[in-house]
Amino acid sequence: MNEAEQQAFEQEIYAFVGEVVYPVTPAPDDVNESMIRHWCEVLGETNPAYLDQDWAADSARGHIIAPPAMMYVWGQEGFQVTTGRAANAQSNLVETFNRHGFTGVLGTNVKQEYFREVGVGDNIAVQMVIDNISERKMTSRGPGYFFETLATFTNRDGETVGTQRFKVLKFIPQEQPAAAASDDGKLETPTRIASVRGHDNGWWWDAVDAGKVLIQRCTSCQTLRHPPRPMCHECQSMEWDSIESTLDGEVLSFTCVRHPQVPGYPKDPICAVIRLAEGTNLVSNVVGCEFEDMAIGMKVKGVVEQVDEKTALPQFYPA
Amino acid sequence: MVANVKDKAVIVGVGNTRFSKESGVSELNLAVQAVKAACDDAGLHPSAIDGFATFTMDANDEIEVARTLGVGDITFWGRSHYGGGAATGSLHQAVMAVATGMAECVAVFRALNGRSGHRFSAGVSEGVMTADIIHWGWYMPYGLLTPASWVAMFTQRWMELTSVTKDAFFEVAHATREYAVNNPNAFFYQRPFDRAEYDAARMICDPLQLFDCCQESDGASCVIVTTPERARDLKQPGVSVRGVAQAAAADQEQMTSFYREEFAAIPEMEIAARNCYEMADLTPDDIDAAVIYDAFSPIVLWQLEAWNFCGFGESGDFVLDGALRPDGRLPTNTHGGQLSEAYIHGVNGIVEATRLVRGSSLNQPAKDVNHALVTSGVGIPTGGALLGKLD
Repeated sequence: MNEAEQQAFEQEIYAFVGEVVYPVTPAPDDVNESMIRHWCEVLGETNPAYLDQDWAADSARGHIIAPPAMMYVWGQEGFQVTTGRAANAQSNLVETFNRHGFTGVLGTNVKQEYFREVGVGDNIAVQMVIDNISERKMTSRGPGYFFETLATFTNRDGETVGTQRFKVLKFIPQEQPAAAASDDGKLETPTRIASVRGHDNGWWWDAVDAGKVLIQRCTSCQTLRHPPRPMCHECQSMEWDSIESTLDGEVLSFTCVRHPQVPGYPKDPICAVIRLAEGTNLVSNVVGCEFEDMAIGMKVKGVVEQVDEKTALPQFYPA
Repeated sequence: MVANVKDKAVIVGVGNTRFSKESGVSELNLAVQAVKAACDDAGLHPSAIDGFATFTMDANDEIEVARTLGVGDITFWGRSHYGGGAATGSLHQAVMAVATGMAECVAVFRALNGRSGHRFSAGVSEGVMTADIIHWGWYMPYGLLTPASWVAMFTQRWMELTSVTKDAFFEVAHATREYAVNNPNAFFYQRPFDRAEYDAARMICDPLQLFDCCQESDGASCVIVTTPERARDLKQPGVSVRGVAQAAAADQEQMTSFYREEFAAIPEMEIAARNCYEMADLTPDDIDAAVIYDAFSPIVLWQLEAWNFCGFGESGDFVLDGALRPDGRLPTNTHGGQLSEAYIHGVNGIVEATRLVRGSSLNQPAKDVNHALVTSGVGIPTGGALLGKLD
């Protein structure tokens, strides 16, 4: 695709932005207990607010509500999706991408927002539009465009119950490198990148594997030091032992690492520099609280946890 | 006592390749293009070169660059370590070689395919196997993997200590963007932006958003350094190195000096600044323009403080008063900086600082630029240089 062709193509796809995929369409069935029960069973959801009439009767609401995440369920098309359906703006857009070689498709993320609860007997209508299309991006799958649909869900009174944004990547497929496989052919789940263990630091990580965080101590002048090094910076002694940290600490600084996301790591990990009660600093994660609740000076308490199949790490919680 | 090499070495030629996101050529190709361009600018044949200075991170062997360019015998090569800390570090090597007579004409270069090849934003996760791998091991398992994540940790604390807000970060980013708009070799040529676009950009590592971060670029830059005697016979007005210094301060780590009593600080840059001023016999008042290493917007603020243009915590107000602008106290990063021109590890900054003293920047301030400052990266062992007109 040369520059002029790309321009013409982009003009064609960007014309879809704002197009209606579905006008306001009421669900074929009202919100009902059977459907809620099926859905909860499949998802392993056991919340009595969705399932237990007696419990719900005694609750503040006084009745069963539908799980908010179900809002997209009520308007789902049935068996007809397998036998063909009428063209709409979205299928036309997809067809336009396909015609120009962007045949790959990857649902990249769904974002739902909930504004109102839904009870049994209500009826959920859905309206969907094509909300936006990105500029051309070079992705690891190949060159492509992200398009996002916006579905708005309303109740019988026309009040907005929630919205759903669904982002899809249409791309020109590139050959993918073979997935890493272990000897027995099973796919390996990525884990965090481990620290290399050498003479000066291996003992520290071995202790973490055993559930302890140690702090190196000079046996000559008792000065604590971290990260471990072979000589005391105060008295130049090379003799040392270690003490176990209580993992009581205070946050000196922090950040949330949002981009890029790295395989094997949780999304948006919070990293912090923590001053331990013993006086040395340690870089670690703070878990168990939202980023918005983080503050310099907050007290934290650490514990060594198995964070994935291969990795044990100290993790800190608000104290 | 500062060893004095004041005015013993002169920058006589500068050169950039085209900067891009995909050069389509080798890093050797970029290196020799930049060196050749700097030679042409100086009116020198490459065979005049007898020394090289670059970064330990550069993938080009000096002897390969030499034989590719048709440089003959070389009697000096020296490299500086610590990523972008080597920008003026390479210049430092060249100045020492020329001042001591170890070489007469040294090419300082840096060439990288920083976007189409190994990307800095990929962090230390991609098979970087170096002697300091154990150092990174204290951070990698927690997800603290990228330059943005390390700098964010400093930034969050510095903001808390100083109450400087993102208004100042935006001013740094916006001032450089306005300069880049006039620079055809800049990534953001003719692409201005506003606060709304800045605020709407995605968060990279809190509090750093996309436009607080520099480019990832393919390209190369070079400056040629020689003796004052020889410089007077060459094509361009010579730009003399009045002062140049390197420094690593106590308890320094690469990008993660989190173990100092107060880590929201860059004491190494304060040492480099003090030594540069002393060597050059200049004060901050003598500096008319600057190229300040801008891998991330807040680090420009810290350096303004380290180089004593304002006190600790005052850099926010300093830039919000328009100091970095064309008619401001200290027009800064007039090429667009690494935020908006290209990330060539600060050597494009030495090119621009030379141009500012020559009077040939695309955004040349109206006032006379007698002295310009150029700095290396922060968070690492670093340095800077003060450039002035050759007498």
